[in-house]
Amino acid sequence: MGQAFDFYQILFDQHNHAYEASGEKDKIIIQVGAATCEIAAGADPVAREFEKLIQASGRKDILLKRVGCTGRCAREPVVGVFVPGGMPVKYEQVTLAKVQTIFQTHLQQGQPVAELMLDKKTGKFYEYVVILCSSGQCSPSGGKQLETKLRSRLHARGVDPQSIRLFHGGCMGLCPAGSKGKQRVMMVFPEKILYLFHNDQELDEIIDLQFARHQTAEKYITHADFITEQFFRLYGDVAFFNKQTRLTLRNSGLVDPESLSDYIRNKGYEALARVLDGDPGFVIDEITRSGLRGRGGGGFPTGVKWKNARTYSNDPIRYVVCNADEGDPGAFMDRSALEGDPYIIIEGMTIGGFAVGAQRGYLYVRAEYPLAIKRLEMAIENAGKHQLLGKNIMNSGFDFDLEIRLGAGAFVCGEETALMYSIEGKRGQPRIRPPYPTQAGLWGHPTVINNVETWANVPTIMLFGADWFSRLGTEKSKGTKVFALAGKVNNTGLVEVPMGTTLRDIIEDIGGGIPNGKQLKAIQTGGPSGGCIPASRIDTPVDYENLAAIGSIMGSGGMIVLDEDDCMVATAKFFLEFTQSESCGKCVPCREGTLRMLEILERITCGKGTHEDLDKLERLGRLIQKTSLCGLGQTAPNPVLSALENFREEFIQHIDEKRCAAHQCQQLIRYEIDAEKCVGCTLCARRCPVSCISGKAKEVHVIDQDKCIKCGECYNVCKFDAVMKN
Amino acid sequence: MATATKDGLESDIVKFISQCRKKEHPESYLIAVLHKVQEKYGYLSQDHMNEVAQRLQVPTSTVSGVATFYHFFRLRPRGKYAISVCLGTACFVKGADKVLNAFQTELGIEMGETTADGLFSLENTRCLGVCALAPVVTINDTVYSKVTANQVPELIRQVKSGKNVEG
Amino acid sequence: MKDNAMKNIELTIDNTTVSVPEGTTIMEAAETIGIKIPRLCYHPDLSLEGACRVCIVEVQGSRNYLPSCATRVQDGMKVRTNSPEIRQARRDLIELILDNHPRECQTCERDGNCELQDLAYSLGVRERLFEGKRKAHEIERSSASVIRDAEKCILCRRCVRVCSEIQGIHNLSQLYRGFDTVVAPAYEGPMAESVCINCGQCINVCPVASFLEKSSTEPVWAALADPNKHVMVQIAPSIRAAIAEGFNAPPGTPATGQTVTALRRLGFDVVFDTNFGADLTIVEEAHEFMERLKTGKNLPLLTSCSPGWIKFLEHFYPEFIPNASSCKSPMQMLSTLMKTFYAEKTGISVRDIYVVGIMPCVAKKFEIERPEHLMPDGTPYTDAVLTTRELIWMIKAYGIDFMNLPEGEFDNPLGYSTGAADIFGTTGGVMEAALRTAAEKLTGQPLAHLDFKEVRAVSGLKEASLEIAGQKINVAVANGLNNAKTILEKVKAGKKQYHLIELMACPGGCIGGGGQPYPPEGHYVLDPEVIRLRANALYTIDERKTIRKSHENPFIQTLYEEYLEKPGSHKAHEILHTSYSPREPKGIK
Repeated sequence: MGQAFDFYQILFDQHNHAYEASGEKDKIIIQVGAATCEIAAGADPVAREFEKLIQASGRKDILLKRVGCTGRCAREPVVGVFVPGGMPVKYEQVTLAKVQTIFQTHLQQGQPVAELMLDKKTGKFYEYVVILCSSGQCSPSGGKQLETKLRSRLHARGVDPQSIRLFHGGCMGLCPAGSKGKQRVMMVFPEKILYLFHNDQELDEIIDLQFARHQTAEKYITHADFITEQFFRLYGDVAFFNKQTRLTLRNSGLVDPESLSDYIRNKGYEALARVLDGDPGFVIDEITRSGLRGRGGGGFPTGVKWKNARTYSNDPIRYVVCNADEGDPGAFMDRSALEGDPYIIIEGMTIGGFAVGAQRGYLYVRAEYPLAIKRLEMAIENAGKHQLLGKNIMNSGFDFDLEIRLGAGAFVCGEETALMYSIEGKRGQPRIRPPYPTQAGLWGHPTVINNVETWANVPTIMLFGADWFSRLGTEKSKGTKVFALAGKVNNTGLVEVPMGTTLRDIIEDIGGGIPNGKQLKAIQTGGPSGGCIPASRIDTPVDYENLAAIGSIMGSGGMIVLDEDDCMVATAKFFLEFTQSESCGKCVPCREGTLRMLEILERITCGKGTHEDLDKLERLGRLIQKTSLCGLGQTAPNPVLSALENFREEFIQHIDEKRCAAHQCQQLIRYEIDAEKCVGCTLCARRCPVSCISGKAKEVHVIDQDKCIKCGECYNVCKFDAVMKN
Repeated sequence: MATATKDGLESDIVKFISQCRKKEHPESYLIAVLHKVQEKYGYLSQDHMNEVAQRLQVPTSTVSGVATFYHFFRLRPRGKYAISVCLGTACFVKGADKVLNAFQTELGIEMGETTADGLFSLENTRCLGVCALAPVVTINDTVYSKVTANQVPELIRQVKSGKNVEG
Repeated sequence: MKDNAMKNIELTIDNTTVSVPEGTTIMEAAETIGIKIPRLCYHPDLSLEGACRVCIVEVQGSRNYLPSCATRVQDGMKVRTNSPEIRQARRDLIELILDNHPRECQTCERDGNCELQDLAYSLGVRERLFEGKRKAHEIERSSASVIRDAEKCILCRRCVRVCSEIQGIHNLSQLYRGFDTVVAPAYEGPMAESVCINCGQCINVCPVASFLEKSSTEPVWAALADPNKHVMVQIAPSIRAAIAEGFNAPPGTPATGQTVTALRRLGFDVVFDTNFGADLTIVEEAHEFMERLKTGKNLPLLTSCSPGWIKFLEHFYPEFIPNASSCKSPMQMLSTLMKTFYAEKTGISVRDIYVVGIMPCVAKKFEIERPEHLMPDGTPYTDAVLTTRELIWMIKAYGIDFMNLPEGEFDNPLGYSTGAADIFGTTGGVMEAALRTAAEKLTGQPLAHLDFKEVRAVSGLKEASLEIAGQKINVAVANGLNNAKTILEKVKAGKKQYHLIELMACPGGCIGGGGQPYPPEGHYVLDPEVIRLRANALYTIDERKTIRKSHENPFIQTLYEEYLEKPGSHKAHEILHTSYSPREPKGIK
């Protein structure tokens, strides 16, 4: 190992010693999230309350820690209580009142509060929690066979299978290449031991020792480096998390995002140290071999992009850029990543800078993400102080600096040429390519632009190797993908799964299905550039090719679940409204065409559409796709065209029957008063803004349909449910 | 167009601009400068933009072109309370349009306008990235999650009475 | 970047094999086999915009249609320029533009001369399927020279590009975005209060009627119809080299005599020649130059004929105001003489005299309103300026068969000129004319060779060093104000002593002015070939004249004897010179 690695070891030892010396390891840790979403949900007062209680109690063995977002958004604020040697306990939707209870009962009396826990447990405590690796790639039954086997063997050994809670987890990325399905892994809590076994006999031995005799089965314990191990240890017992494979998000919710120390102790900067002692060409080769593709949506092979930038010309000035202009409505992957683990992005960019020969990098971040910006600023400054940025990084002789540039509210700046103009301080309007940024980018110099998630993958790949990484995922789509799961799904939040995971796994297993017993109608991926996938395609494995084949795209990772109450015409219109208002105005098809499409959709949602309008939508849609200047325009018609293809009957219903079955298109709703229920209170008539409701006090009221503007005020104010929406 | 101040830019911004002028590609800091001006004065007045143009040596038309291109920049003073209704997908699916309508009816202003008393401005934000808490409304820096149309009148009353939100 | 030896690329366009040098675009390659792919935002002298998408073609293997203006050829490429799908797409694109464009072609000034209209016709847009909301903007008429009609704008950005890339003014920008995008000066403010220098190149490059000169034809018609008015006209040097294009003659067809006759037919009482003013300018300016050479003060001397350049100087380089020649422009010198010398001589009341200038230039419309150029009673010396385009329109409106007119002669005494005055109309001409006079005055010897080819600028910027009377004279010629910036920055840097610099706002000088005819079929606006042909016409006229040095103009000599005393005299200063002052808003260099 060379200069940089020596530097790294000293750095690691320093931070590790400091950690050991602090005694933190033996303390009880209370973790409270500190991401924008957590704060919006009220995490700050919760943290302050814990702080107060810890002080008041005088206990020195409890430590409060703020961490990034785990992605469990719907249940925020999430609080973790980790007692050394005990089961990790997570509480959900913690309020100030709950803080009191948790502190008194759990921390003071040692009794976890079951009814406040995340994914409320049965109230019963299990002796063990077991996570079986059950990734679909190794286990076609999703681990069900093994579960049956395990339960029957437990029974046979006289262990009550009900005393063990069993989860099927996602891939932990532990196995060597070529061993797919030949070995299995299980993690046992509270010991957090990891067992590796190959056959029933070995499984029996483990059961015998671990569960019957309560001893560890030393022989089968594996100490293999397990990248998401730390995360699994804290969160593995929750169904939402253990089906995921967290590579880029492995530190989110685990480390204090403002602590360089935390990052370094979690393998941070080891990859950079190894890289700096080697050859830039090797880095490009590894990234190429890993099969990593751009996570911003395009899916361009990252290694190829880097190579192009490095070899296109002899220009000594080159740049790397992190595209953190996450603009898709309904996407928050990048925000979470930047807020939860800023250093991994910085390390990734530094590695990339070294590989392509850049001296400077820019992080282009949405101005709407103040916390992410603050964390990045802090992290850049800290890294600079520790010789991890700036001159002579890690004594390697490599100089590299990072600068943050703020966006200012323009979705189109996610397009790489527009983004570059914006960094240059101009209007963010795309330009024709070629030249590609790798040929002539910022100020005419070769420039590599990757998005946040792509950069976050880089340190992991360099640490564990291309072979290891390329085992995850499908043939053409390697690794994992982060999705922002939102809409009509129980567990909204951030999930990271191996490429090739089916939509069903994401929505039903991780997402917990559709709330209120409603029917899934469609899944929207790729935001305004993507399409609506009908429920019938729920078994599609998610990767670049499969999503494209069913008329959508991977996009940057927005995933919106729609149920029977969502009108597909209105949804298509929503997305088009977005792209239309975000069109930069440069090229004709996007500037003029999207408005014409929107006008047609408006007609249809008002019941004024015709069948010719559908042909026009398709004609304009194809024109915009094929002739627009940039990706925004080329993909703008996708939500409409895919809705037309998969839900044409809904459009026809709006046109022929002037009816919106989902009751979403306001102009097609008929408000009527149920004579049976109306008591004649006159409230609706008084509140009607156009005075179209007639009726004397204590008599049945009637709505004049010709005058009604469908504002829904009567429906909202009626206390007797007498106003009907038809 | 109204201008808030006849005086020039304050010294910290002037200093920032002169620092930018010493760096490589000084004109590339235009957006950063405009952010600072807006942060300080609440919006970008013509006088301030003119001064930015002269100090940064970027054509006025460019400054004006950039300021009008990006939605984040405001060219008119905003109300004491800036209400933003997130219109991201998740918020839309969960009824943000109805929330917005409620604000419009209640305040009697359209998107992008300020009430006559200068108290409230209504703005639309693109996704704030807190989709799981949809629909989301922010009033100045306070985030309100899972807002329904029915809560809007009460919310406005609360804000007016000085509760919850810093003016 | 890569400096490989130029190699040839072979591709097929519409099944025809084409071999072109590497780096050629599909558009250019198609032209080699006689296919002119329809285009709109494209302009060969401006940066690539790629916004209109009209020039799209189908390239085998490519998912989307590619803009032929920007796509470079590759070996084995298979291009289709006219597949049914492409034709349909182009039609739809043009329709989309039309759907957001006023439906008033018949009453539009560019009716019959509009690139959008031509495309709609030739591509076969015969129905409107997608009409809906249209943008609405007020017409902006604050400027003395340029009218901006954003409602007609199709956002090709040619005006923005010419304003920044060629002229370096950056007055125009796109504001707002998407469907709301509008091209305007900063804050959508009035042109009159902007740094606009009134060069009118935005009018020239506009494919539609979004920018137009402010028309003066109505007051001129009225003056002509007024029996009490003595209507006098002068035509600028460059008019004679360009006006025939308006009557379908090829560029470079000189038409001095026809123009004179046409003006008489229109009813002008006296037809003078701005060339006379040009000769006079040279005599005054050469005198000024020699004075400065003697004292060494305020060198280099900067020429002052171009009102666009002068306004640029006042906004952008006020520090150079002392260097500018105080000579009025030839038009203003002549107009002043008409309302002083001529009026006194003929006894016609100044109030009855109506002076019209026919100019290649829209900035002249601004120049006549400058306070420094008003008569003591506050009325202008020049009452109206018509551009070449406006005169062509008047001649057509009158029904005059221009090309078949007999050649007329200018009236005297203010209609006679030397060859030096003719070349004023092209870049380098003022310099050459000045050198012919200055060299002779400095050496005291008759000049052997009159052609100073070293200052005939083909490019936008040319420098030369001349040995005159044992003195090294460094001169420079710049046209297009970006070139003016370059040379002024060089002067500022102080690495070389310049003595005389000719500056013209418009590319190619006055022959490329903002009021010249729209390009004839087969040419484009700013086409260097058109500029070259117009310049040739002027040089030919110059060569054919017997007197080719301004100071030898006999009428000029008489004028000094009778009226002005001598070059640089008090009287000359009073009526032939002017002043400049720094102007707000300050321009950003």
